[in-house]
Amino acid sequence: MEKRDFHVVADTGIHARPATLLVQTASKFNSDVNLEYKGKSVNLKSIMGVMSLGVGQGADVTISAEGADEADAINAIEETMKKEGLSE
Amino acid sequence: MTKLTGIAASDGIATAKAYMLVQPDLSFSKSTISDSEKEINRLHKALQDSTSDLETIRKIAAESLGEEEAQVFDAHMMILADPEFTGAIEGKINDDKVNAEQALKEVADLFVATFEAMTDNAYMQERAADIKDVTKRVLSHLLGVTLPNPALIDEEVIVIAHDLTPSDTAQLNGKFVKAFVTDVGGRTSHSAIMARSLEIPAIVGTETVTQDVKAGDLLIVDGINGDVVLDPTDADIAEYDVKAQAFADQKAEWEKLKNEKSVTKDGKTFTVAANIGTPKDLAGVLENGSEAIGLYRTEFLYMDSAELPSEDDQFEAYKTVLEGMDGKPVVVRTMDIGGDKKLPYLPLPEEMNPFLGYRAIRISLDRDDIFRTQLRALLRASNYGKLRIMFPMIATVAEFRQAKGILEDEKAKLIAAGQTVSDDLQVGMMVEIPASAVLANQFAKEVDFFSIGTNDLIQYAMAADRMNERVSYLYQPYNPAILRLIKNVIDASHKEGKWTGMCGEAAGDSIMAPLLVGMGLDEFSMSATSVLRVRSLMKRLDTTELTDLVETAVNVNTSNEENQKLVEDFMKDR
Repeated sequence: MEKRDFHVVADTGIHARPATLLVQTASKFNSDVNLEYKGKSVNLKSIMGVMSLGVGQGADVTISAEGADEADAINAIEETMKKEGLSE
Repeated sequence: MTKLTGIAASDGIATAKAYMLVQPDLSFSKSTISDSEKEINRLHKALQDSTSDLETIRKIAAESLGEEEAQVFDAHMMILADPEFTGAIEGKINDDKVNAEQALKEVADLFVATFEAMTDNAYMQERAADIKDVTKRVLSHLLGVTLPNPALIDEEVIVIAHDLTPSDTAQLNGKFVKAFVTDVGGRTSHSAIMARSLEIPAIVGTETVTQDVKAGDLLIVDGINGDVVLDPTDADIAEYDVKAQAFADQKAEWEKLKNEKSVTKDGKTFTVAANIGTPKDLAGVLENGSEAIGLYRTEFLYMDSAELPSEDDQFEAYKTVLEGMDGKPVVVRTMDIGGDKKLPYLPLPEEMNPFLGYRAIRISLDRDDIFRTQLRALLRASNYGKLRIMFPMIATVAEFRQAKGILEDEKAKLIAAGQTVSDDLQVGMMVEIPASAVLANQFAKEVDFFSIGTNDLIQYAMAADRMNERVSYLYQPYNPAILRLIKNVIDASHKEGKWTGMCGEAAGDSIMAPLLVGMGLDEFSMSATSVLRVRSLMKRLDTTELTDLVETAVNVNTSNEENQKLVEDFMKDR
């Protein structure tokens, strides 16, 4: 399993457009991808799951991927996080 | 010939097939199933069909309505592809042995409730509406009924609906929609205003059109008289073609007045202006020879957006309108949200009497963060034309002072930051609350101008909800009480050297206009399509003859009907 921590810097947190893009990125991979925040974990391929966490600015989240393409998945997600200005 | 009559809401004549924009029956009952695999297959088929609907709708909507309008369908498709959503439905079918309809409903309700509970997050609350919308579509496929997809219309049609909401009309392609006919509504309802801005005929308030008409029926819509011909013969069609031609001829006659001033027979000039909702309406304003914009309703900036519109987005819209008018005055009304206009991302508490509640300037003064953003955008845009800022729903002098104070404060800040603000900027108020009409002489000392909003003024003065059809007989624009309030405002403004406009539909009304000319109303603002008709009407009036007419209407007659007859008789040989 690949795991990575992110500190969310975007002032809107993770919702609207960035959430959509994160879900789209995660959905490209076969691995199970999860987003963990405040002890709750949701499927990062689920738009409703991600949005229901209400991740705000300054949040510390952990994203994990488990499966054959876990390394590629986590790298792609990190790239999306940075490109969308969600994390540094 | 069978006719159905309603309220003529937008003039013109159209003949085309009916398109039923009517929600099908989506009711079902809960049942227990034995073969859950078969049920899950049904679900998957409905999900696929829904996705394929949405792909088509999205593609067509992007072409005909623009990329931004189309994006809502992306959100819908993402929900259909959401493994948590579909997984939960499958789980219910497997575990609870319920039919797919029931499983879908239970899961959707759960998500909707979760999102709607996030009252501190307007964006999430809006997603609840998306889930409801998508659920409806999947349910329709499960039940084998067809949802109307107005974005897919690709032939000339007359749209038949119980009522049309702004989101319905946003999906309509003006190229194919030839007319609207609805069960409910009045001249001021959204569908009526929309039809006038699209310049297509509309009849509202027919009560039964959705029952009397079937999809594909050929209809004639006569928006001049408010008639729908349900089963036209060839002779009827020929007869209405003649009428349509006469209407077109009259329009051509008015067309000649396009570049002329609005002058009475005795040489008095007035301003005939148009009302707009978005910069898109500018084309109609210019085509119809309007001398100004008397009302720019900025709430569409807020209603057509998924979040509060930014200062820059607003600035661009205001600048487009001011530049488009090329130095002609533009009256911009600050946000008029509340009443019947709601924002998904700015939840307001449910109120017993929303028209008497938290709306318009009352929200702006309370949430001055939103108000200041709008004012800054306006002040920055003032450099591009002749801007007049107007505050809606002012009831007290203190409210006007407070609103103007905030404007002055933002102006000072902008100037201190090195930005320029136009010197030719006026600040006025709507007069739609009887209290401010009565106290107009005091207000006149503080404002640069008044603009009378007749629909609300009538509703408040007569204590008759304009959405309530049972009391619609009290919508009496010619009632001497209303005329007296209007005259009081006009006189008070002139005494202080200020001007008064009217931006309600009454300004374009053929009975009201002669009275208003007689009272010396300075600016008449209406649907762009009425501008030339009113300009042509003014040419038939001699203001020296109107003094007596106004005196009789305001001080002698006692009813709406008497005044209507008075003006009709007066205009007969003119």
